[in-house]
Amino acid sequence: MENVCLPELGEGIEKATVACWHASIGDQVSEEDDIVEIVTDKATFNVPAGTFGVIKEICVNQGQEAKVGEVLAIIDNSRNRNE
Amino acid sequence: MTIKENTKLRVKDLGLINYSNAYDVQKQHVNELLNGGVQTLLLCEHPTTLTFGRLANERHVLITKEELERRGVYVYHIDRGGDITLHTPGQLVAYPILRLDNFGKDLRFYLYQLEQVAIDLLEGFDIVSSRFPKQTGVWSGKQKIVSIGIGVRKWITFHGLALNVNPDLTLFSMIKPCGLDVKMTSILEIKKITVPMQEVKKRIIECFCKNFHITTEGE
Repeated sequence: MENVCLPELGEGIEKATVACWHASIGDQVSEEDDIVEIVTDKATFNVPAGTFGVIKEICVNQGQEAKVGEVLAIIDNSRNRNE
Repeated sequence: MTIKENTKLRVKDLGLINYSNAYDVQKQHVNELLNGGVQTLLLCEHPTTLTFGRLANERHVLITKEELERRGVYVYHIDRGGDITLHTPGQLVAYPILRLDNFGKDLRFYLYQLEQVAIDLLEGFDIVSSRFPKQTGVWSGKQKIVSIGIGVRKWITFHGLALNVNPDLTLFSMIKPCGLDVKMTSILEIKKITVPMQEVKKRIIECFCKNFHITTEGE
């Protein structure tokens, strides 16, 4: 399992709101796929999956806030691409 | 803040362009940059258009949907930060497509530098402007002259800033700009002179290059 966390976005930015999910539980994603868009006042930021796998859990729903480092989603990366 | 020096910038003037077409051009340049292309500064004006950012509140539109249609105002819900913004001819819109990993991967720093670009540009026209506490954008006194809202994908920026050069300011009465009880102003309203849009475009390129330590292609 791999956690997708809210990344560091810059000095003084401690939290952000989930604007929308581009992926759902059960979706297969690749490293570069943007899976969630977050918004912090004047900026939106797309967070990539970071790993190949299947979305197992969405931990922060649309409209909810998350802190930097908080887990946004959990990806099951136990199967490899060729399986 | 570590800024990577001497990165290159391509400038493209899109002229007066429909919002959705300009958005497509932005996406195309983001993809090009992701695939190793160059950073780009897109400059344009839009026909009268309202855009709703991700934090927009529909109640910040002060006229009915029917009235918007009657006036031929385009409306888009878009993937930038911020609330509601109005674009119209006479307003310079700048969409920087930049790699933020050249600028410390810091959204707040990037927004601050965008504000500084506008402040320096306005100073060149003898207009004193400044930031407003806890707000993003640029003000001249208590009136707002520049609105800012950005999007970032894989640390590449899109959307950007809108600077009122000589737009019809009465159009802003349709909305509560950025959700604020604020009056918008312009270079024309402050200086009582019409500054050619081409001159403002030339100045914004200079101020952009200075604040982002970047040089235009060919330099």
